[in-house]
Amino acid sequence: MGIVSPGFHGRRRPAVELPPGQYLTEDFPVLSAGPTPRVPLDRWRFTVTTETGEEHGWSWREFQALPAESVTTDIHCVTKWSKLGTHWRGVSLDTLLSDVDTAADFAVVHSYGGYTTNLPLEDLLDGRAWLAHRYEGEDLTPEHGGPVRLLVPHLYFWKSAKWVRGIRLVLEDEPGFWETLGYHEYGDPWREQRYQGD
Amino acid sequence: MAGTAVPGRLTWRVATLVDAVEETPTARTLVLEVPGWPGHLAGQHVDVRLTAEDGYRAQRSYSLAAPAKGDLVRITVQELADGEVSPYLVRGLSIGDPVELRGPVGGWFVWRPTDPSPVLLVAGGSGVVPLVAMVRARREAGVRTPFRLVYSVRSPGDRLYADELNRPEPGLDISYVYTRTTPEGWPAPPHRIGVPDVNSGGWPAEFEPACFVCGPTGFVEKVADILVALGHDPRRVRTERFGG
Repeated sequence: MGIVSPGFHGRRRPAVELPPGQYLTEDFPVLSAGPTPRVPLDRWRFTVTTETGEEHGWSWREFQALPAESVTTDIHCVTKWSKLGTHWRGVSLDTLLSDVDTAADFAVVHSYGGYTTNLPLEDLLDGRAWLAHRYEGEDLTPEHGGPVRLLVPHLYFWKSAKWVRGIRLVLEDEPGFWETLGYHEYGDPWREQRYQGD
Repeated sequence: MAGTAVPGRLTWRVATLVDAVEETPTARTLVLEVPGWPGHLAGQHVDVRLTAEDGYRAQRSYSLAAPAKGDLVRITVQELADGEVSPYLVRGLSIGDPVELRGPVGGWFVWRPTDPSPVLLVAGGSGVVPLVAMVRARREAGVRTPFRLVYSVRSPGDRLYADELNRPEPGLDISYVYTRTTPEGWPAPPHRIGVPDVNSGGWPAEFEPACFVCGPTGFVEKVADILVALGHDPRRVRTERFGG
């Protein structure tokens, strides 16, 4: 236990267990590094590019035709809010990557607007990641990453890139935007991996 | 372990409140002494951790309000009506009391005095804190980088750092947007920030200014959209959103 702040009581602990250092929020804060990109659906495209340069791509119409799943999950932002029981609808990355032949261990996610984030490829597989296009029964709004964002709820939410446009599979890990600016490579909320070296 | 800084790792340090400034009835600047503070850039923030006697802990992030002076750092905390941590920092923490702190954090929403580009700062409410840190860093570095600050605030009494910002400073132009109450004789009625405010208070896009926008989410969304619509390169518009 650290030093005690005299006279600080805090709130009663919530009945649910949160990752260390997190607090519960009911609203849905928005955090991003710059203006919100607005991507017209007729120009939207999502691509997976392998380490050999082979490209798999989906237009909006093709993406809509893929089998979608409903996902209820808790989400945790590195800025310390957690939100419980959020409802999403999206396409599992297992579906998008099923025909992709790769030996890569890492993925670099690219967004409209230039944002990037990296994560191990295995964290995108086995029902742990989705491309989400609906949130709480509505189309995903631009400020929350619409038309489509990545959803990787077991990692801090900066890994769930907004306005996602593609995933590049790479043999060597490449730190993304926040990862080169002092944030943790992996970002497991339960191990409180916020910043480099945590 | 608090107090044992490991290189390359942001460790929790014990900070002691050595001075405090009442900025408004609901905002206070805390001057904290943090032994071994490594220094920071204008725009960076710190995490503050409070521990109750029963071991309950809460952490929040606060923007650094000024360049470091040795081991002294400043944060300005705006009290939130339903806050858990901010009421304690504004009204509970006394001179000599300890808090835990780690940082500096964040390498994106920062201004370096070596950058010659003109700077546009657009603040909503307590979003002015990291932007004033940039104004102060400019002053301390003695550079002539042209700065403009557009500061949106509810009423004249809600302005942070009012005396300091009232003093004329060559190369720094400040314009205010009042959303609820204006000063006597103010030419515009209260309103939320719009294209004319950003346009007249800012720089033309062709000057390629570095833009820093900080405030509540709705404010930042609106200002960032306005800047892009006015022709600013989105890559030169850096935003920091206070939750909500």
